[in-house]
Amino acid sequence: MSTFRDRREFLALAGAAGSAGALALTGCGAGSGGGAAGDTGDKGAPRRGGQFRALFTGGGEAETIDPHAEALAIDMARTKAVFDRLVDLDATMTPVPGLAEKWESDAEATVWRFTLRDALFHDGKRLTPEDVLFSFARILDPKATTHFAQGLLSVIDLKRSRGVGRNVVQLALSRPSAEFPALLGTLGTAVVSTRYRDPARPVGTGAFRLKSFRAGRSFTAVRFDDHWGGGAYVDELRILSADADARGNALRGGEAEYGHEMTPTFARTAQADRSVRIVAAKGSTAHAIVMKCDRKPFDNPDVTLALKLLADREKLVEVVLAGRGAVGNDMFGKGYRYYPEDVPQRQRDVAEARALLKRAGVLNKPLSLYTSSVATGFVEAATLFAEQAADAGLRVRVTTGSSETYFKDQLSKGVLGSHRSGAMSIPTYINDRLLTTSSFNASGWRREDFDARFAKAQSSTDEAERTRLYGELQRTVHEEGGLLMWGHPDWLNAVSSRVRGVTAAPPNTLDSARFDKVWLA
Amino acid sequence: MRGYALQRLAVGAVQLVLLAVLVFLLTSLLPGDAAEVRNNEDATPEQVAALREQLRLDRPAWERFTDWAQGVLAGDLGTSLVSGGPVLDVLTNSAGVTLLLAAVTFMVVVPLAVLLGVVSGLREGGRLDRTVTSVTLTLNAVPDFVLALLLVAGLSLRLGWLPATWVGVGPADLLAEPALLVLPVTVVAARLVCLLSRQVRAGVVTVLGAGYVTQARRLGVPRRTLLLRHVLPNAAVPGIQELARVGDNLVGGVLIVEAVFAVPGVATALVGAVEARDVPTVQGLALVVAVAALLFSLAADLVCHRLVPRTEVLR
Repeated sequence: MSTFRDRREFLALAGAAGSAGALALTGCGAGSGGGAAGDTGDKGAPRRGGQFRALFTGGGEAETIDPHAEALAIDMARTKAVFDRLVDLDATMTPVPGLAEKWESDAEATVWRFTLRDALFHDGKRLTPEDVLFSFARILDPKATTHFAQGLLSVIDLKRSRGVGRNVVQLALSRPSAEFPALLGTLGTAVVSTRYRDPARPVGTGAFRLKSFRAGRSFTAVRFDDHWGGGAYVDELRILSADADARGNALRGGEAEYGHEMTPTFARTAQADRSVRIVAAKGSTAHAIVMKCDRKPFDNPDVTLALKLLADREKLVEVVLAGRGAVGNDMFGKGYRYYPEDVPQRQRDVAEARALLKRAGVLNKPLSLYTSSVATGFVEAATLFAEQAADAGLRVRVTTGSSETYFKDQLSKGVLGSHRSGAMSIPTYINDRLLTTSSFNASGWRREDFDARFAKAQSSTDEAERTRLYGELQRTVHEEGGLLMWGHPDWLNAVSSRVRGVTAAPPNTLDSARFDKVWLA
Repeated sequence: MRGYALQRLAVGAVQLVLLAVLVFLLTSLLPGDAAEVRNNEDATPEQVAALREQLRLDRPAWERFTDWAQGVLAGDLGTSLVSGGPVLDVLTNSAGVTLLLAAVTFMVVVPLAVLLGVVSGLREGGRLDRTVTSVTLTLNAVPDFVLALLLVAGLSLRLGWLPATWVGVGPADLLAEPALLVLPVTVVAARLVCLLSRQVRAGVVTVLGAGYVTQARRLGVPRRTLLLRHVLPNAAVPGIQELARVGDNLVGGVLIVEAVFAVPGVATALVGAVEARDVPTVQGLALVVAVAALLFSLAADLVCHRLVPRTEVLR
């Protein structure tokens, strides 16, 4: 049964999809588009050939090649090589065409139509709407316990979704979601073929075909010549695991071409070494101290404001991030779509903070800050912040806990905690961290009016209106929320000096760990 | 001697049972289980619960342990909670390189340590002895990872003589390119040579001053016979015991060396399994390493008995 009687019922989001397409086109120009990539050597035409070895933190037996169970950066790099998504996210988290060349929705944003590209699977068969529907059914399979897109994509009503003709997929949603295309660009959403059964024998449309894979050891793939994007430049791609030190040494020793997620320390040594180059995406992720707004004393917004005024952000960035990062303004998503750039930067004001704390009567009670070494910089930031808080006479006691269970423990332990977030779109961040229903609501931020305003923004199909609504939500978090977001670390990758075509991009976006556009000089 | 060996093996079996229980208890005491730790921050509570049920972690601890123990008695080390494959696969995947590394290290360490120990023991206080002592003590004071990083920085990155890591190396490459072994073996061997040569030297010095050696000398036993027949066997005993102790360390893998050189060995697998709360894998690996340790120590005792028969030890 069709929800559409007439094509005119569609509200074509042509503006969004169109401009996104243009972006993607320029971005494909041999990797010369975009980036503050320090693409110093990108001159000259791309050359075919060669083997490309990329190094990531390994996950041992936990690594998987099942694109819907991907969880680690190394998994995602393999998925990106072998599969494609309908939609990808650019460096500002704006959706850009992937296997879908365009999309449009009805006026309520509850029914979406995606027009598929002419793409071939590795077995030579053409991509069809059935493949897309099969992929979503596989992702949403209730028996699967490791398909992490389930939460976000549960909005799809598969029974009412169908293929239209040979290259259009119509997806019906159970509630309005103007952000739906962006959701299709997140973790675990790759399109597989209806003939995909055994994860060890992937049937994808990606720029590389799998040759061999052993979890925790090695992955080898070869160029797929019939890729819709024109195909990769390198003949063979190997994705391998190594710890941070080994990644650096292998790169400098000429044993690899790409190192994912390098430390600021390595970036410093690399400056003196001409055999490697750092590719830095500025301020891509986020570091914060969270205050639990549902507990004393942070149920009083004056107290959260006081702590935000207490933090010396420049010092935190300089010490904890070794200067490789940007100062934060207590909102997630600096540089991303919907971020309100016009909110003035919060400055340190110890006297004002002390006055607020005194008025609230919390100066003499020590506050507990729960942290762990699960993420680089957590313990350092917590300790330094405790010292900064002491400037106003506030005592902060830092407790370090187990790293394997930190994110769950943090919800129940300590009134303050360490928090970081990877790169994701601002609506996804709000959805996962700041709603009453969010499983990992680190700052205990539960407000019905906030939830309602978020739902309204989600269902607004007018982009300007949506931008305004998200901006207001962000302002509320900036003023009253429990996020002391002090810094946005740069995302550091390294390439050997022969490598061309690597663009600086935040993790989880189209150009991050993307190897079909790289070539060797 | 056979009776002694059997008795030791029986004691060993009891030790293994205790160890298995202990390892299980300790891993159970760690916060979180495999379902919870799998995806710390990405999974919803419902997904964690479903995974826990799927991994059958919702059963009581006692039941899980007896299940595992029954499997082991039947020769099955169990199934990894992470990969879903047999623990034996995890073991064979990681044990190969570790055993190779350990074997080559042994072949380097034993002759070198004996030579240095004997030479410096014979010339106690001499220039050579003082040189060897200073060098070994200095080397012993340098932590493994510092030595490893210094060697990589100098020999691999600056001079380009040796490969810096094992990144992308398969088992076949190791035999084709033995240069890969040089740096990891050097780092592990450096520490061991220091330890063992000190033991051998001390043994030689003690034995040389013993009454029976003085007596043998007085009887005109030739120097060579004296050294090989009387001094060395006695002097080697503490060294061999030490060797057994470091041997099981080697088989358990050397974490620092594995991390620096990207060697996919047993220690990496074990640490990964503990972090993932993959109890069957932790149990399996610990059990195998423990068996190796028991065998090493038994072998060392038997060799020592062969060198210096002492009836009061082996009844």
